[in-house]
Amino acid sequence: MKLIYPGYDVLSKRHSQSWDEPTRQVIDARLAIGGAPRFLNEAQWQTLDAVCQRILPQPIDRPPVPLAALVDNKLLNDRGDGYRDARLPPLRQAWQLGLTALDAEAQALDGRGFTGLTAAQQDALLSAMQRNELKHSVWKSMPCVVFFSHRLIHDITSAYYAHPTAWSEIGFGGPANPRGYVRMGPDSRDPWEPMAAKPGAQRKAEKRNRHVG
Amino acid sequence: MSDDYLTDALRNPRGRDGRAPDVFRRGGWVPMREYPDDELVDFVIVGTGAGGGPLACRLAEAGFSVVAFDAGAWWRPLEEFASDEAHQEKLFWTGERLCDGDNPLKLGTNNSGRAVGGSTVHFAMVSLRFRPEWFKSRTLLGYGLDWPLDWQDMWRYYTEVEQALKISGPVRYPWGPKRPRYPYRQHEVNAPGLALARACEAMGIAWAPTPLATVSAPREHSPPCVYRGFCVTGCATNAKQSGLITWIPWAVKAGAEIRDLAMVGRIETGEDGLASGVHYHREGEWRFQRARNVVVAGYAIETPRLLLNSANSRYPDGLANSSGLVGKNLMVHTNQAVWGTLEEEVRWYKGPPSLSLSEHWNYEDSGKDFFGGYAFMSQGPLPAAWAGAQTGNHGLWGQALVDEMQKYNHQVGLKIVGETLPQERNCVTLADERDEFGLPVARVTWSECDNDRRLVNHAVDFMRRGLEGIDARDIWAEADGTAHLMGTARMGSDPATSVVNADCRSWDIPNLWICDGSVFPTSGGVNPSETIQAIALRTANRIRELARRGEL
Repeated sequence: MKLIYPGYDVLSKRHSQSWDEPTRQVIDARLAIGGAPRFLNEAQWQTLDAVCQRILPQPIDRPPVPLAALVDNKLLNDRGDGYRDARLPPLRQAWQLGLTALDAEAQALDGRGFTGLTAAQQDALLSAMQRNELKHSVWKSMPCVVFFSHRLIHDITSAYYAHPTAWSEIGFGGPANPRGYVRMGPDSRDPWEPMAAKPGAQRKAEKRNRHVG
Repeated sequence: MSDDYLTDALRNPRGRDGRAPDVFRRGGWVPMREYPDDELVDFVIVGTGAGGGPLACRLAEAGFSVVAFDAGAWWRPLEEFASDEAHQEKLFWTGERLCDGDNPLKLGTNNSGRAVGGSTVHFAMVSLRFRPEWFKSRTLLGYGLDWPLDWQDMWRYYTEVEQALKISGPVRYPWGPKRPRYPYRQHEVNAPGLALARACEAMGIAWAPTPLATVSAPREHSPPCVYRGFCVTGCATNAKQSGLITWIPWAVKAGAEIRDLAMVGRIETGEDGLASGVHYHREGEWRFQRARNVVVAGYAIETPRLLLNSANSRYPDGLANSSGLVGKNLMVHTNQAVWGTLEEEVRWYKGPPSLSLSEHWNYEDSGKDFFGGYAFMSQGPLPAAWAGAQTGNHGLWGQALVDEMQKYNHQVGLKIVGETLPQERNCVTLADERDEFGLPVARVTWSECDNDRRLVNHAVDFMRRGLEGIDARDIWAEADGTAHLMGTARMGSDPATSVVNADCRSWDIPNLWICDGSVFPTSGGVNPSETIQAIALRTANRIRELARRGEL
């Protein structure tokens, strides 16, 4: 994937005037999450990992954001959103049910689980979920589209865009305390913000972005 | 060092042992007066947000003994607020609530706080007055119902709130009757705010820098805003004039006691039918605080939940509910947006999220096929919030989502605060499920009506043309957003059709009061916090007056 902000790593500001101690602690803790599942069972974990790769495909030339582990961590902590669509069971049950049902749908399709499908087949199944077309009895009373929008896509994408790797990718300035920002108008960049590469000026942006701290 | 200390306030109550956290100093404490449970205090206040905070402050200043409860934590922003969307969810009400109806609400982020200071700890600081006619919308505009309040009276309390919070705003405000100059100068308008300005100029309507409750110049313990842009996740510099750093410290100084991590589960009534105190859960046990008066200020979900859960043999339908209207007429603001991409770099994460706005359609009545009004504001969502918009009705995932998110620094958006009509079918009731305290959780039912939909369609169409007028590309409309909560214990002039009177005093139980957004009969097209605070200041004045006359 072509980088819009080449050379930009928001973490290079970790010791700058843009990061305070609470922020460093919080991000350190997030970056430490990874490895094996601590809440989901092995089958659910494998399915979740495959789903994450389709919902948020990541480039192969950098360490991936461990999405499955971040979602699993949310389930481990059992931290809700402050509301629940009444058609959904609580957080943990919804995920366990949803992953099991998705796998059952895949089994019904060609006898293999979700992880055994091709990427195109997986996408087709996820699209069917988004269109509320999956009706396997394993879903019980949970409409698959409600699970898709409130849990699956919500929890995976919010985990991704809470990760510094994603912030660097989209050119987000990131944490900004105590320094904040000074240049507020259009087309104006503080020296501690990333520079987008203009056509033919990749090197210039890369050089600047190495020094955003 | 572990990050556990950042959540310590969620586990260990701080308002105790004669002291309270000093929100302006790392690790600091200030003295706090305390009352024993068995002392008959003048006022117990349940909730310390935009309603309970100012009320606790003013009642304590008037010499009443006050104990205010909050279910949430008492934070020290300087050392405990990270610049991080996910971590700062600790400020939201994340306990379970069930949402249904045709348009199940999303709660938490933009409508439900759980902290000392309530939702003002994470609100967007937008500080607007109601249009005067809205206080008599039935009589003057033909919809909703009239408030029992006079707009000129409210105008005075709005001024008092704006002075107290040192609102930063423009010299001239383009809409409504003349208002005094804002105490602090307006903030610099950022790129997304200027895009709104250009869109308004293209459409031939007025715009203004948004009056905001974050200081544009130093104020005592508050430095000027540094435009770090994490406002709706809690201000780590104390520039934001939240209740946590204004009304609450002033209340403590005046002799009020604040009990954090104290969940009130039930209001008790005595033989005489009057409220006698509250049962609350703190430090692992249920306790009972006696009181001469009880004020419920838990906002439009927790307030009816508490009143309904306090049902007893004398009041089988819940307290203050002879009208049957407790929990009914829940209102929200529609919060639809139109988004687009500009050629220029916008970098909308810099500065408060809504630095400019237009109230044109709040004050213009012609050319509408709906009742009510809406304001629209410039936007600056942080990455996870922006991804949330993309995965909503836009329905993006996979490479399409990744590609769209790459345009982050070129996005602009206009978003409404749209009035919805009160409907009895929209309500808060008690569900069968129980929370960690064994209390029934709230069931929140909301469905839009035809008028709500027509308002949204008008707004989306207008804002879309505004973005087209500034040559934005890839324009799309977000369809399912809502914000703010109002109604569920409306004020009125008739006990048969309202829960409280103009003084926020319940018709049924004269020493039971309700003082928060629940008392709104209609929702208006502006953010509710300044109106809630103005009502609280008015209520405090009225209580003082009633006490003086021996009518308390």
